[in-house]
Amino acid sequence: MIQVTARIEPSKLMTFASPLLAIFLTLIFGSILFSLLDKDPLQAMHLLLIAPLSDAYNFSEMLVKMGPLLLCAVGLSLCYRANLWNIGAEGQLLIGALGGSAMALQFVDSEAWFALPLTLIAGILSGMLWAAIPTFLKLKFNSNLILTTIMFNYIALYLLLWGVHGPLRDPDGFGFPESAIFSDATILPLLNEDGRAHIGIIFAILLAIFAAFVLAKSHLGFQIKVFGADEPAARYAGFNQTKLTWAVMLFAGALAGLAGVSEVAGPIGQLVPGISPGYGYSAIIVAYLGRLHPLGALLSATFMAVLYMGGDLAQIEMGIPIAVVGMFQGVLLFFLLACDFFIHYRLTFPSNSQYQN
Amino acid sequence: MSQVSRDVIVIETPNLTRKESAPPRLTLKNITKEYPGCLANDNISMSLENGEIHALLGENGAGKSTLVKAIYGVVAPNAGELIWEGSSVKISNPANARDLGIGMVFQHFSLFETLSVSQNIELCLSKEQLASIPDLSQRISQLSEQYGLNVDPDKYVHSLSIGERQRVEIMRCLVQSVKLLILDEPTSVLTPQEVAGLFVVLKQLSKEGCSILFISHKLHEVTEICQSATILRAGKVVDTCNPKEETPASLAKMMVGDLAEQDAGYTKKTGDKVCLEVINLSLSSAQPFGTQLKNIQFDLVAGEILGIAGVAGNGQEELMSAISGEDSRAAPDMIKLNQVPIGDLGAGKRRQLGMAYVPEERLGRGAVPDMSLSENTLLTHSKGFIHKGIVDWKGLKSYTSQLIDSFKVKCHGEFSEAQSLSGGNLQKFIMGREIGQSPKVLICAHPTWGVDVGAALAIHQALLKLRDEGAAILLVSEDIDELFLLADRMAAVCDGFLSPVIRCEDTNIDQIGQWMAGTFISETDTPSKEASA
Repeated sequence: MIQVTARIEPSKLMTFASPLLAIFLTLIFGSILFSLLDKDPLQAMHLLLIAPLSDAYNFSEMLVKMGPLLLCAVGLSLCYRANLWNIGAEGQLLIGALGGSAMALQFVDSEAWFALPLTLIAGILSGMLWAAIPTFLKLKFNSNLILTTIMFNYIALYLLLWGVHGPLRDPDGFGFPESAIFSDATILPLLNEDGRAHIGIIFAILLAIFAAFVLAKSHLGFQIKVFGADEPAARYAGFNQTKLTWAVMLFAGALAGLAGVSEVAGPIGQLVPGISPGYGYSAIIVAYLGRLHPLGALLSATFMAVLYMGGDLAQIEMGIPIAVVGMFQGVLLFFLLACDFFIHYRLTFPSNSQYQN
Repeated sequence: MSQVSRDVIVIETPNLTRKESAPPRLTLKNITKEYPGCLANDNISMSLENGEIHALLGENGAGKSTLVKAIYGVVAPNAGELIWEGSSVKISNPANARDLGIGMVFQHFSLFETLSVSQNIELCLSKEQLASIPDLSQRISQLSEQYGLNVDPDKYVHSLSIGERQRVEIMRCLVQSVKLLILDEPTSVLTPQEVAGLFVVLKQLSKEGCSILFISHKLHEVTEICQSATILRAGKVVDTCNPKEETPASLAKMMVGDLAEQDAGYTKKTGDKVCLEVINLSLSSAQPFGTQLKNIQFDLVAGEILGIAGVAGNGQEELMSAISGEDSRAAPDMIKLNQVPIGDLGAGKRRQLGMAYVPEERLGRGAVPDMSLSENTLLTHSKGFIHKGIVDWKGLKSYTSQLIDSFKVKCHGEFSEAQSLSGGNLQKFIMGREIGQSPKVLICAHPTWGVDVGAALAIHQALLKLRDEGAAILLVSEDIDELFLLADRMAAVCDGFLSPVIRCEDTNIDQIGQWMAGTFISETDTPSKEASA
């Protein structure tokens, strides 16, 4: 018979092994599913996981997807560390894109050097604003952050659709719901002429390192961790909850806003309705898979980007529906939460019952 | 499937003279309960006679609570046998236990505040029991009279004092014709006068043949009413004795082994410089069931310990929050630290001005359970370890190691998680951390609650040393003996009022006990409800 017993101390090994185990289980699950669909599981896995890294073009596309995932996930990691359940990265990203576009469209015919910085700043500030409203509501009226941030995701989406159908629509665009194409002065420089990977990815990686440093070395990071681990202790110590909440939420909003504006001022080059395939939501999984550590998010964002990329390839080459990517993400989170159970618990096999069975 | 059979219960009115022939009420044989990483009960055997008041003694963590929970069916032992009136039984849940005739009064009451006394009692009766009682209210009144419990069946629980609530809990057991009553630290929430009342009830119950299992830390109570005692240490039975033939000191020795030093006879001090002034502090409660602070006024003098006595829940928690700054809703002038108004400052600001605080809950408030001791030092002691926002972890770790050494905190090192320390060691650590900041004012709540005797001695001496170095200390405790041992001046809180402050040598336990029950309120302020009948 198997018994579940609580561990005396949380298992360090399991903390790191759990994401790997969850990925492994997800792959097994995927293989079974592909077999049932009469698709060759090995080929599907190859397309999903290996092909995205196989040539320079695919690799650069993978980085394009990794950038926004990483930016959102780093912000969310800090939020979750501080026990702030911000589900609003998606909305903050969309509003960042909207605000950035509004600015970029002022420079359609311009070559000004400051056009790009202004565009980025507009995107970042828009993201911060979108994070600020639920934060204010939480601090002032003690509203539930999960609910308000989710609602703000929808508001953001419809604002974006309004913008792209209304004031930001290209007057010469034959009525298509798209903005004018941005001027080169507001487009992020490419890393490499072969692909679409742009300098925003470097920002993302630097910000992840910065966040990791803040968390590990600074007093602010320590206070964030205490708030997440033990709120009464933080209040006892006299940490300023209001300040910390603002700092963390605005940082997350800024990062998500940067992710949004980097999409429109990067690979897309104009404002369109479908900016994000749910980056802000996937980033929640990325943050958890990365153990709520900014550097962990670097690894998990890469994995998730590969999955996104692979989903596209699998759809093109094998006719596997793109919904498979969403399912993979969901199953992955499911397995991850299940595996995390074993950080605090373990299975034991009581010796006396071996003989009875 | 439980094998509880009502046929087993035959003895209606046990005759004490037949004690020898009748089987004991309850016999435990080799009860063992293991939790992960800890053997809470290790082969415990004991026996309870009919009508016996039996004390279960031991330090915190000795396994007393686990043992009574096993008897009451809350936890299932891994091994061992329970024999109830001669036949082996398996008690798999509290309903089983109640069917047998076992009643338990927990340390934290389980009453619904918005229901009346009789409704509360009705809730825990089975259908058969309810059917057998024609009129519950009348039965309650009758039992109330019989045992002098003074419980009014129609009163709502929220209007009752703690002592009255405890009597409701006891009444609940009586209505079910209890044969074994388990009391988990029943006196820790009572004033001395209420304790005396409780003992009268217990003695009467015992005379009628009801066995009582009594857990208490207050050894003089045990010597007063218990006929036998079982002493647990680290999950094992280490001794049994007749408390009547023992003294509190000898019982303490059995509990902890040898007492290294005597914890008594400290000299009282008088200071002259007022350090902290609390002026007409009135504050509505921040929580729905909290206590409102009413016109609290006192001075804290440098070089003195002011002890505040009181039954839990009479405003201590609220007072300490208002002084420490966790609750900063007070007007600035209501609290002054060295003439500086601080009533509206946050806890962090007050710390910078020289205030330190040892809270009641060590784990989860005084220390973050899954952080290392170094990190827990940083929790409140950041001065000197932060340079431009960056933490000097190296300096912090070496400081923490020193702290661990000088306060003799037993642990693996500065990297140990706070939750891996025992209660006493963690308290020594927190105490050391707060004292290490050389505070001008230290607020200290229940410093030795649940701490073993050795650690308590170290904590007492550390407090006195801090006092002698010129700090003002506010000591809030439910343990009157500890207050008389340490405090230079004393006061009591009741229902959010603070009594006059009096020098320790000018008062006695009786007076403080009466103040705890609120007798001072009518003299100084609007009349309030009597805390006890």
